Amino acid sequence: MIDTLRLTAEAALGLLERGEVSAAELHRSYLDAIGERDDELHAYLRTVDAPNGAGVPIAFKDLISTRGVETTAGSKILEGFVPVYDATVVTRCREAGMPLLGKTNMDEFAMGSSTENSAYGPTRNPWDPERVPGGSSGGSAAAVTAGLAPWALGSDTGGSVKQPASLCGIVGLRPTYGTVSRYGIVAFASSLDQIGPMTKTVRDCALLYRIVAGRDPCDSTTVELPQPVEIPEREDLKGLRVGVPRELNEAEGIESGVKEVVERSIELCRQLGAEVGETSLPRSVEYGMPCYYLIAPAEASSNLARYDGVRYGLRVEGGDGIRAMYERTRDAGFGDEPKRRIMLGTYALSAGYYEAYYGQAQKVRTVIADEHAAAFRDFDVLVSPTSPTVAFKLGEKAENPLAMYLSDVLTIPSNMAGLPGLSIPCGLSDGLPVGLQLIGPQFSENTLFHVGYALERAIGFDFVPRRLQ
Amino acid sequence: MNWEPVIGLEIHIHLKTRTKMFCRCEVAYFEPENTRTCPVCLAHPGSLPVPNAKAIEWTIKLGLALDCEIAEHAVFHRKNYFYPDNPKGYQISQYDEPVCLNGRLTFPGPDGDAEIGIVRAHLEEDAAKNVHTGGAEGRIGGASATLVDFNRAGTPLVEIVTRPDLRSADQARRFLQLLRQTVVELGISDAEMEKGSLRFDVNVSVRPEGSDELRTRTELKNLNSFAFAAKAIQREVERQIGVYEAGGEVEQETLHFDPGAESAPPLRSKEEAQDYRYFPEPDLVPIEPPRELVERVRGELPELPGQRIRRLTTELDHDLALDLVTSGRDRLYVRVPGEERRAIANVLMNQFAVSGVDPEVVDAGELGKLIEARSRIPRDRFTEALAASGDPGFTAERYLGDGLVADTAELEPIVERILAANPGQVEAYRGGKEGLLGFFVGQVMKETQGKADPRVVNELVREKLKA
Repeated sequence: MIDTLRLTAEAALGLLERGEVSAAELHRSYLDAIGERDDELHAYLRTVDAPNGAGVPIAFKDLISTRGVETTAGSKILEGFVPVYDATVVTRCREAGMPLLGKTNMDEFAMGSSTENSAYGPTRNPWDPERVPGGSSGGSAAAVTAGLAPWALGSDTGGSVKQPASLCGIVGLRPTYGTVSRYGIVAFASSLDQIGPMTKTVRDCALLYRIVAGRDPCDSTTVELPQPVEIPEREDLKGLRVGVPRELNEAEGIESGVKEVVERSIELCRQLGAEVGETSLPRSVEYGMPCYYLIAPAEASSNLARYDGVRYGLRVEGGDGIRAMYERTRDAGFGDEPKRRIMLGTYALSAGYYEAYYGQAQKVRTVIADEHAAAFRDFDVLVSPTSPTVAFKLGEKAENPLAMYLSDVLTIPSNMAGLPGLSIPCGLSDGLPVGLQLIGPQFSENTLFHVGYALERAIGFDFVPRRLQ
Repeated sequence: MNWEPVIGLEIHIHLKTRTKMFCRCEVAYFEPENTRTCPVCLAHPGSLPVPNAKAIEWTIKLGLALDCEIAEHAVFHRKNYFYPDNPKGYQISQYDEPVCLNGRLTFPGPDGDAEIGIVRAHLEEDAAKNVHTGGAEGRIGGASATLVDFNRAGTPLVEIVTRPDLRSADQARRFLQLLRQTVVELGISDAEMEKGSLRFDVNVSVRPEGSDELRTRTELKNLNSFAFAAKAIQREVERQIGVYEAGGEVEQETLHFDPGAESAPPLRSKEEAQDYRYFPEPDLVPIEPPRELVERVRGELPELPGQRIRRLTTELDHDLALDLVTSGRDRLYVRVPGEERRAIANVLMNQFAVSGVDPEVVDAGELGKLIEARSRIPRDRFTEALAASGDPGFTAERYLGDGLVADTAELEPIVERILAANPGQVEAYRGGKEGLLGFFVGQVMKETQGKADPRVVNELVREKLKA
């Protein structure tokens, strides 16, 4: 009997290699777990019954194109849409022999921080089904947390991997922009979107990152990794300089419970041999969020223009002429959040406003990148909470977009600079997981894995939700 | 008051690369609908563009031929608008950082060199083709449905924008001819209007001669030939002059010509100030052509048509030089030996052009001999000779006077027989109807099956009739 709640992907790989379990049995165990627990959680939008590989199975966020398997990006406008090609990350997983378990729920077009914006109903947090799993990769996070998948891929634009990983008590990596191909990923904000692993452990995260990362000729913005991915083994932090950005650790809205757990982790860094010092990212934190909400909607307004009812997806006929078809289709097909962002973005790009909004925001992005670069002259990694709060209740922020946007206030600044960030669980507050965000310079994933692994060992966090034990 | 036309052009040419601008689909013109498509050019979710390196290199090549600055940093932008032929909802184009900037095309004119400024040349992707069905002849009016053929979507397209430096309809036509010949010779486009691989729009305004103001312009679209464009420009210039002379104002508008019917009046529409919400395409990195690439391409440029026209005007008048070069027949012209340069040029532009023979395969030396002897060869025979001038082993010899019967001893009895057989005509000729000379000559030629030397026959007939 396989305990999918406890089994890490690395351990599952061991079972397969030693022949103690077959790929079909492994696949079946997860499908059984899904059958048992997913009615309540709704992590999956659909599952795949027969394994198509001999490796450890995987779940993909539903904006990752899978040939022959419906891909909706959580939207009604793509209901029934079956891609004719695989995303590059899917191809890489398939080449690594990993069968597809299914497609996970998400906020529509990755726009949200709670997975409540899915057109197919919300996903619930395995730690407390009254609460959200975070988002937009909430389905992938909940699936890994509840033992419904050994590992999963999510996507992160403003924090959509890191924040749900934090709220569900698992590990999530937002890689350096350009290290993982976006080919086949339903685009939200092209200059920010990155695919990232969501796993139970840091070593699983490194293993999965090693499979999906690297230059892809189909994505002009990708690059070759400057050094191979290392699976972390070191358990000390000797010689490492850890920076604590004041603004990210003292931001308004950080719950005191979250602050305490994070402070204990920072203390642990010191005990593991790191030099810990304070630093500052004033402009990144002040301007990161407003600039993000210009750039991401602007790009989204353009990326979502292709959903017009002409070639695929939903089409609502009637009315007179092509304009009417466009309007009816997009009105019926998009939920409130995509509509809100399309309007914001269209405005930000309009003649006469472009320079003041989109143009200015791009300039600020350079300022944010420079400010981070300056901090990395003194430190190897920066630490902060991933999310200001633990998982919140369903409906709590659903009617207040601004409150919801603030869930990403700590993840957005480094995302705007294209930097990698790893969220690891570092303890509980009110019985709910708290995530620690580790930010590094470009291409510093190996350092993040090293620090994350050492802390993971020292913290000894039990990733199985208490109520499922 | 004298009025001066002010004309600018926007020319679109398809690059004849093997594959499309941003995907690996084959560039195709006459394939069945929607058979040259993929997730990228159909804008399937998640697909991404990958730029065609050849298309970028060829745009640089064109830029160098047009004496442009080649940008060290050029950017693709998204041009956002909804239309069924625009699958992504945006066209990947260039905005304020094009590949080529600030060029000029100089062409020698009858009154010296004219220099037409090139504002920019940029690279973009073509749209799909909307096909309207159920209505009359594929036009949108009255159509019951619109189908979209995505074979064309993503074809590499270069847009060339001139300064409003053209001063007449005829100059605009010549400029288009020269530009077309230039891109054809660069080997980057076949620039055929019938195929849609060359299209252009014209901006027209007028102003009092001597003034340097720029008045309201109108835009002429869907012009389907250079000759028709010249006519349409001329008409529009006259219309605008008429408006001003009647005390009116020209309104900014677009004139859409019906490509199916030249005589149909253009449809007028107000210029809608559309906001395309341009922003840098985040799926692509900037184009930063290495200097070595630019210099290599510069080194590979052939001698350009403009330079060749200038060289030819030392021995030919300007129109003939331009025609020769823009027809591509100047390369044959310079190889054809002979003193009568103007005659050679005229034969090449007229009878030879009609023959449809490929100038490349012609033995120029033989052609020279043929042209030199043209006055001694009957018209039909000369035409026949030109049509055969591309055949392997062609010699002028066969068609020259030397190959004809010029021996008076041989021809005299025939001439006498003809005169004897037509006593009425002989009498009429002697009575003053000298036009009958041709009749007699024709009869002799017929009798000899065209083998008689017409000059000799002429003299003989005249002599005999005098007697």
